[in-house]
Amino acid sequence: MDMIIKEKIKQVKKGNQAAFEDVVLYYQDKIYHHCFRMLGNAHEAEDIAQEAFIRAYVNIHSYDDRRKFSTWLYRIATNLTIDRLRKRKPDYYLDAEVKGTEGLDMYSQLASTDRLPDEEVQGMEIQNFIQQEILKLPAKYRSIIMLRYLEEFSLQEISEILDIPLGTVKTRIHRGREALRKKLRHV
Amino acid sequence: MDCNKETVELMHKYLDGELTKDEEIMLREHLEDCEECQKHFHELKRTITLIKSTDTIHAPNHFSTSVMKNLPAERKGTKYVRWLKMHPIMTAAAIFFVLMSGSMFTAWQQDSQLTVSKQDDLIIRGDTVIVPEDVIVEGDLVVKNGNLRVDGKIEGDVTLINGKMIEEYEIEGEGLMASVGEVNGEFKQVDRAFEWIWYHIQNLFKNIFSFGD
Ligand SMILES: [Zn+2]
Repeated sequence: MDMIIKEKIKQVKKGNQAAFEDVVLYYQDKIYHHCFRMLGNAHEAEDIAQEAFIRAYVNIHSYDDRRKFSTWLYRIATNLTIDRLRKRKPDYYLDAEVKGTEGLDMYSQLASTDRLPDEEVQGMEIQNFIQQEILKLPAKYRSIIMLRYLEEFSLQEISEILDIPLGTVKTRIHRGREALRKKLRHV
Repeated sequence: MDCNKETVELMHKYLDGELTKDEEIMLREHLEDCEECQKHFHELKRTITLIKSTDTIHAPNHFSTSVMKNLPAERKGTKYVRWLKMHPIMTAAAIFFVLMSGSMFTAWQQDSQLTVSKQDDLIIRGDTVIVPEDVIVEGDLVVKNGNLRVDGKIEGDVTLINGKMIEEYEIEGEGLMASVGEVNGEFKQVDRAFEWIWYHIQNLFKNIFSFGD
């Protein structure tokens, strides 16, 4: 798959815009998911994920083929999400908290119409609880936890994506894990 | 060993796959004796499992279409480049013929005078060629280095080289007017050196083996 994507990017660099759609299709779920987990609401996640792909296209010539494309793409997406979080007004956090429960509403709707077995509903509630706790982490820890455990990047790659020293990545992942441990130990 | 600090540090190193052999032994021996650290270690590993257990969310259906729609327009000329690349032998032959048929590049650069393939009944005002209202041009019309306004009728193809079709114009006192003429043939606009060469290549091939589109 990496080879195919590499070839597509070569074509995009040569000016073949249509080839970019395959790149989008290949990464869209991952990038959207990443943005959703960073921002906590679907609308903003879509907005930022779209922007990330557009920026990747516009700046495709600054991408160095010898490096991993995904690292480069995640860097763009992560910077955009952090930017967006910074621009939020303090009262927006309250808003985000409410918006973050979109998933919960969806699940409860599902539960009432489809009459899922109790166990499954409970499973979903746990999922939601975990997601809410991840969302409550400061963004600098959250981004690292997700890149490591959902996207499965190495610590070295995370240091490249976030453009911070490896030592800082280690300290933050350590603190992020401890913070989540305290919150999730009773789940 | 200080449980609260050193051991926890080792646990995190373990989770990042960075324990040395000695440290691993140290951690294992401590965990065997210390229930509190065992619990801590277990909770950490479970936390990671829980994080990983969250569902993957899929991008909305229209996502890629929407990205593609919002990309800046493809650079003009790439379409031609792609065609040329897909037909390397034709391209080589075409370039040969083009070069043989005269130095077009210099011609393109030097020749900046307005020329019209037909002069009869047409009005030339500044850099604009006008087909007056009551005039019908029979056959193809080529305008080079000038614009074209059609108030009358053209019964043939129109090619504009380095110029544009004027659809609206201003008349003093009357404001903006729309051009009302018609072109009953193919309309082609060539405004870059590259497209100009392309135009010649196409004409050339049309003559050699009725090469279409
Ligand atoms: Zn201990």
